[in-house]
Amino acid sequence: MLEVSELSVSFGAVSALKGVSLQARTGSITAVLGANGAGKTTLLRAISGLVKAHAGSVRYDKHELVGMSVERIVRAGVSHVPEGGSVIAEMTVAENLQLGAVWRYGRRERQRRIGEIYEIFPALATRAKQHASTLSGGERQMLAIGRALVSRPSLLLLDEPSLGLAPLVTAGLMAVLADLSKGGEITTVLVEQNARSALSIASWAVVLNLGTVVVSDSADAVAGDADLRHHFLGF
Amino acid sequence: MIKLRLPGWARLPRQPMLRHLLFGALGALFFYLLSNSLSSFNNFQLGEVAVYAIAIAGLSVLTGVNGQISLGQGAFLAVGAYTIGELEVHQSINLVFQLLIAVAVSAAVGFIIAVPATRLRGPYLAGMTLLLALALPFLSDKYSSFFGGDQGLITLPPDAPGSIDPQKWLTWIQLLCALIVLVLLGNLLSSRFGRSFRAVRDNEVAASLAGVHVARTKVIAFVISAACAGLSGALLVLSTGVVNTGEFPLSLSIYILAGMVLGGAGTLTGAWWGAILVVYLPNQWSQSLANAFHANHLVGANLAVIVFGAVLIIVMLLAPAGVQGGLRWLGHRLVTVSTVTKLGSNISVALQDQPASKQDRGGPDSETAATSVD
Amino acid sequence: MRLFWNITLGGVAEGMIFASVALGLVLIFRATNVINFAQGAMAMLTTFIAFSVFGKGVGYWPAFVVALACGLFLGGLVQLVLIRPVQNKPPLNAVIVTFGLLILLEGLAGAVWGNSNRGFPAAFSQSGLVIGHTAIAFSHFDIFIVVAVLVLVVLVAALFRFTTLGLRMRAAAFAPEAARLLGVKVSWLLTLGWSFAAVAGALAGLLVAPTSVFSPTFMDLILVYAFTAAVIGGLDSPVGAVIGGLVTGLALAYVGGYLGGALEPIGALVMLIVVLMIRPEGLFARPTARRV
Ligand SMILES: Nc1ncnc2c1ncn2[C@@H]1O[C@H](COP(=O)(O)OP(=O)(O)OP(=O)(O)O)[C@@H](O)[C@H]1O
Ligand SMILES: [Mg+2]
Repeated sequence: MLEVSELSVSFGAVSALKGVSLQARTGSITAVLGANGAGKTTLLRAISGLVKAHAGSVRYDKHELVGMSVERIVRAGVSHVPEGGSVIAEMTVAENLQLGAVWRYGRRERQRRIGEIYEIFPALATRAKQHASTLSGGERQMLAIGRALVSRPSLLLLDEPSLGLAPLVTAGLMAVLADLSKGGEITTVLVEQNARSALSIASWAVVLNLGTVVVSDSADAVAGDADLRHHFLGF
Repeated sequence: MIKLRLPGWARLPRQPMLRHLLFGALGALFFYLLSNSLSSFNNFQLGEVAVYAIAIAGLSVLTGVNGQISLGQGAFLAVGAYTIGELEVHQSINLVFQLLIAVAVSAAVGFIIAVPATRLRGPYLAGMTLLLALALPFLSDKYSSFFGGDQGLITLPPDAPGSIDPQKWLTWIQLLCALIVLVLLGNLLSSRFGRSFRAVRDNEVAASLAGVHVARTKVIAFVISAACAGLSGALLVLSTGVVNTGEFPLSLSIYILAGMVLGGAGTLTGAWWGAILVVYLPNQWSQSLANAFHANHLVGANLAVIVFGAVLIIVMLLAPAGVQGGLRWLGHRLVTVSTVTKLGSNISVALQDQPASKQDRGGPDSETAATSVD
Repeated sequence: MRLFWNITLGGVAEGMIFASVALGLVLIFRATNVINFAQGAMAMLTTFIAFSVFGKGVGYWPAFVVALACGLFLGGLVQLVLIRPVQNKPPLNAVIVTFGLLILLEGLAGAVWGNSNRGFPAAFSQSGLVIGHTAIAFSHFDIFIVVAVLVLVVLVAALFRFTTLGLRMRAAAFAPEAARLLGVKVSWLLTLGWSFAAVAGALAGLLVAPTSVFSPTFMDLILVYAFTAAVIGGLDSPVGAVIGGLVTGLALAYVGGYLGGALEPIGALVMLIVVLMIRPEGLFARPTARRV
């Protein structure tokens, strides 16, 4: 269970989050939606410790994440795939995947886990020795997600994984995410511009606007509310 | 923010150019009175302060305003000095022309260094200038007949008119040059050029999007700093009377850099504080300091370098705006507090004012780290 | 022809030394975007420490090890105390701090050991080898220089290629934020990177000292030559640093051998200008990591 309460973040005069509260049930997918600049990325970065929250708390699994260092938050089982994926272009696909697991597993176990990732994303297996700089946008996104999964996180934070992907690829990606959460072991917070496909796999949805939560409801309810869709989600 | 309301006649002129001229004239008066009350030796040192102020101000424009750095300003002092030396050996022309030629030659050398170094962002200029400062002395070894070898070249102090003490006359020349340079630099910085210098420092990409020619601006800034250093070197050897490589070791470049950093990068007035340090620390203060602590002669001989190294590090870590930044901040606070008490309003005004005064300090610390790691 | 080969051999030995200092510069630059202008002065200090230890009569190799260990310690200390506070400031601040450290260390060494030239012991004979009946300008000590730097280069390459520590160090250098999100302790690895770089420098100091005058400024020129080498190699490529070192060593040896030693620094300056004019990103820069 991830429990964010009254979380506030500001950059100088700009306050990006103003007392945001939300909960993500264990084993479910929670979609975080909202317009550009709503504070979605900032929310994920505050959870994973990349930006300092000046008020509020983030409780996860008996840990208070606010104030913990990024490295320790990762060791608490949180994996954050940042906006744009940020695969390390200078390294090969295999090296990127290795990197995702070094803090947790020894050589043998690492290889096994990487093998599992190759099963989820077969396209990566054939490109293992290739430099990440040579991958297509979709392959990069797969690599970034795969790299976040090798360490078997219990909380997965995804920032716009469908960014720049063709609709078909996006649909495939969403199917993979839905599959992953079926086991019930992994809690996913999914930030998306592409509200329709995010809502199709999420069980709960939170809509942010100008740094505050405007709606927090079941995904079906949000998808069914034409007014809301029209107003905040643009479809 | 609350400003002191002064009567119209007591306010500073709005026009930056007039303001700088006014400061220059006041400075000239001050130095005239000061030099008349000093002994010949003290005048010699006052002249040196003026000379170093020129070099430091030039570096300050380069580093504080344009965001580039030179670790080898001593090399450009040497270029200016040797130019004067050669001119004196070969022909006798008017001192003003000699100085102008020295400025031109060192500007040209600066141009040669700057053009390749400023094509890329990064530490290229720093490394190249350091290499230049280390390399130049070898040149005079190699071509010793031209450069006068170990003895170096002899220069004569300019003739003083009438019964004026020659030392005082020379000091006046040096002071006058310093004031002219500082007024010119002040005007430059408040012109279009100054704005593009700062724009390039703050963010090269944004500057070029705004139509600033980044590479050209960087080259111009570097050439200006080299020209200042050349003038400084030329004036320096007029008082020492001899040009040889021993006068321009790497430590000279270090002193100038440290003087600039201590005075406050980007402030022209700060150049005077730095210059005072550069003149008095190695020659007098370090000796007294070493004696006071009964240190052995090795410590005494190295104390100046140690102090300058420590100054560079400590100022950068703790107070990157330097002395002038600190003074400005103090002055700002004093003005604010006195205004507030005069007006009888509450103290929160002064507190509100603090962030603004901090931003006003200038220098490299007010600059956000615009460059991203790519 | 004999002169040519002798100069070439000398250039190779010099070039290996430049390579080891350049390697240290590149490791640091790649990780922290800072050129460590104190790299030479730090090596000078560790070499002087070795000199004092050697003076106690413990023999050459213990002094050698002490110097490397001091490098490891000094590099980390400098990063922690001096570099971290300026890491997120404009890059000039770091330049000024490392340059300040350069002269601070030289001043301190001068105060402790004096500024006069001394002699530093060599591990092996420095007289030229005799091949057949001809003496060549390459000694046992020169062989040691080449071997020692090659060992260093192989170790660094193996570290980066085959170990997870190397993997994490590369990640910390290329993409610090992404690395942190993968649990890499970036700031600690940057400290370690400075330590490793200082060890490379300490080795260079031990190799240079017997072949030149030994005084607090003895690494000054080596540092700027190594900077030249690193720029030729592209400033962020370890392989480029080694090749750049050899190129610089050879070029300067020819300049010195045929035109006179006093022209070597000018030669380096000319090389730097020419390289920056025709191939500003260096000869061996990684194409993906270009800094505009
Ligand atoms: N490092 C920063 N410095 C200053 N302001 C920032 C910073 N990061 C974010 N902001 C501001 O905070 C607000 C929220 O930004 P955020 O990136 O969280 O939006 P977002 O919802 O992810 O938008 P998008 O859908 O475009 O990615 C924006 O107004 C942004 O300008
Ligand atoms: Mg975003």
